[in-house]
Amino acid sequence: MKFKSVYWILLLVGLVMGLILALQFRVTREIIKNAPPQERTAALYQELEESRENREVLQHRVYELRDLLDQSVVGPELANMKEELDRVRELAGMTTIEGPGVEVTLNDNPNVLPPGQDPNNFVLHDEDVLSVLNELKAAGARAVAINDQRIISSTEVRCIGPTILLNKNQRLSPPFVISALGDPDTLTNSLKMINGVVDSLQLWGIQVDIKKVDKVKIPAYSGTLTYNYAKPK
Amino acid sequence: MWMSILLAVLGLGAGIVIGFNIPMVLPQDYAKYMSVAALAALDSVFGGIRAAMEEKFNHGIFVSGFFSNALLAAGLTFIGDRLGIDLYLAAVVAFGVRLFQNLAIIRRYILKHKIK
Repeated sequence: MKFKSVYWILLLVGLVMGLILALQFRVTREIIKNAPPQERTAALYQELEESRENREVLQHRVYELRDLLDQSVVGPELANMKEELDRVRELAGMTTIEGPGVEVTLNDNPNVLPPGQDPNNFVLHDEDVLSVLNELKAAGARAVAINDQRIISSTEVRCIGPTILLNKNQRLSPPFVISALGDPDTLTNSLKMINGVVDSLQLWGIQVDIKKVDKVKIPAYSGTLTYNYAKPK
Repeated sequence: MWMSILLAVLGLGAGIVIGFNIPMVLPQDYAKYMSVAALAALDSVFGGIRAAMEEKFNHGIFVSGFFSNALLAAGLTFIGDRLGIDLYLAAVVAFGVRLFQNLAIIRRYILKHKIK
């Protein structure tokens, strides 16, 4: 009887030991399987690189096709059509233009953040950029660009972390230089209105520098335009 | 003697089979406690083998040590997590050192037997 209990104990201990080891083995295998492996990161990175290269190639194709279009409308009967095309392109922001205007430089608050303060109140946001853009447009800016990215009718300004996203894939980081073509005095005055955009930004310590320039160069929109739903009537 | 070894191995095999086949999987948060408990249990098993070689094996001490060491190690890890101290290191070091010591003693016994 006594021997029997020893056997039972050995069997039980063996059973528990095996159970623990097997369970632990399974759980560990599960953890390793679920951890994001290095290869996945590398694969995603490579995919990103490939997409970027692809984008470059497509961008060049766009330029080529635009040139081709220009060449094909040289005949005399197409002259007024070309005129119309040029006019429309200029309006749509597809050409580089120059003229008098202002350069507005926006930057984060340079002061050290006081302890206990929300850092969000001291950095530049997409909304701040948007309000400046809005004011410039309202004051009659003919063409606007941020850090050499042309603002066109479909341009969005989105917040992505500490940077902003423009024209679907252009990532810009502060300082932002907003160049606007238009009457320099009107543009400057509209921004500097009492309780206007600049006032409210400077309240938060955001650096705003407005410079009137005789010749501001607004680059052409470099992306593509595809309207899948709009059809001319 | 051979009967007990056979039974222990049989139990181990059955335990592994059950462990791999039960549908329930331990939540990963508890994997840490389980691993320390497994180490403690392993240490007890080696301690038991050593005691059997020295012919001092007592099944009461063996089975109580097996379960209490495993539970204590897991409990210590749990408390350590709550207190922000890596207390499982204490269990890992203590049981790890003892495991090697036991193994060394078992090895010596086996070698002695062979030479005789």
